[in-house]
Amino acid sequence: MSADPQQPRPGDAWRRIAGALWSRPGRAQVAVAALCGLLAFALVTQAHSNAGTGGLTSARSDDLLTILADLSGRADRLRSQVGALQDTESRLQGGSAGTSAALAEARARAQTLAILTGTVAARGPGVVLTVTDPRGSVRADELVDAIEELRDAGAEAMQLSGVRVVASTAVVDAPGGGVRVDGTLVRAPYRLVVIGDPKTLASALAIPGGVVDTISGLPGAGAIVTTSPSVTVSALRALTAPRYARPAPTNSP
Amino acid sequence: MIVLLAIVGGVTAGLVLQPTVPLDLQPYLPIAVVAALDALFGGVRAWLEQIFNDKVFVVSFIGNVLVASLIVYLGDKLGVGGELSTGIVVVLGIRIFSNAAAIRRHLFRA
Repeated sequence: MSADPQQPRPGDAWRRIAGALWSRPGRAQVAVAALCGLLAFALVTQAHSNAGTGGLTSARSDDLLTILADLSGRADRLRSQVGALQDTESRLQGGSAGTSAALAEARARAQTLAILTGTVAARGPGVVLTVTDPRGSVRADELVDAIEELRDAGAEAMQLSGVRVVASTAVVDAPGGGVRVDGTLVRAPYRLVVIGDPKTLASALAIPGGVVDTISGLPGAGAIVTTSPSVTVSALRALTAPRYARPAPTNSP
Repeated sequence: MIVLLAIVGGVTAGLVLQPTVPLDLQPYLPIAVVAALDALFGGVRAWLEQIFNDKVFVVSFIGNVLVASLIVYLGDKLGVGGELSTGIVVVLGIRIFSNAAAIRRHLFRA
């Protein structure tokens, strides 16, 4: 593209342009103008149609096929992701429902066990057995009998003069009067607070030849049974973890 | 002057009417536009070199557009339409650049 020798000076070109701008349009100019207008129209149209549709309408079919394959692959991937996430969601929901149910059950069991092992205070209907023994003739035997009788009658929580009575509680005679309940020295009058069905407990104590009869037969001793719609077993007992025993699988014999 | 008026008129018509390109023409319009641009630049260059001929310009304009469209059409039929379109755009782009360089030399001597 070397400069044309016919063009001596650049000033010529500009002058010709200025002259052409103001010349009268001839046939040639009309034809050129028509083509230029057509070109401008087509250019704007194409630019506009390209901008409006993101270029998809003017893309050719094999490009469209590639785009379509891309999109369907992505849709498949997203669908499988949706499936996996829905699985996770349902698993988590089921898990949380099961967890809360298990938690409620575990709480209920823990409360039951806490009452049985004496780590929490208990309240409910029951009886109070008061044993007066000014002469020290009541021995541990009679108290153990009373406790056993009450257990047979369905006592759920017991305390003997401020000491919680549980499955492992031992009552032994103390030298010099009184008894030791789990090592704690207890003296008369003995006060046995029992939670359970008051009528059953009272009748169990009052059967002929039973606890009340036996204690009343001892010299100077007396037993009074009072039923109450609400008694409180407030004495607590520290829980000792088993050293040797471990939970066994439930299905083993 | 009438050329400038026609360009302005064409742009305005395109903006105002906002015509949708017919589906059959869609692959050809961009190539045709590029081919026409090439003819336009060639015409300007020829005019600056004082060898401009309106008949030549009209024929080359229409011929460029037709040939470009024909090549794209053939490419589509052969299954290489996309590649051929790219090739045409590259070739025409090179020609436009060289024409623009010649025009620049005529106008600025640089």
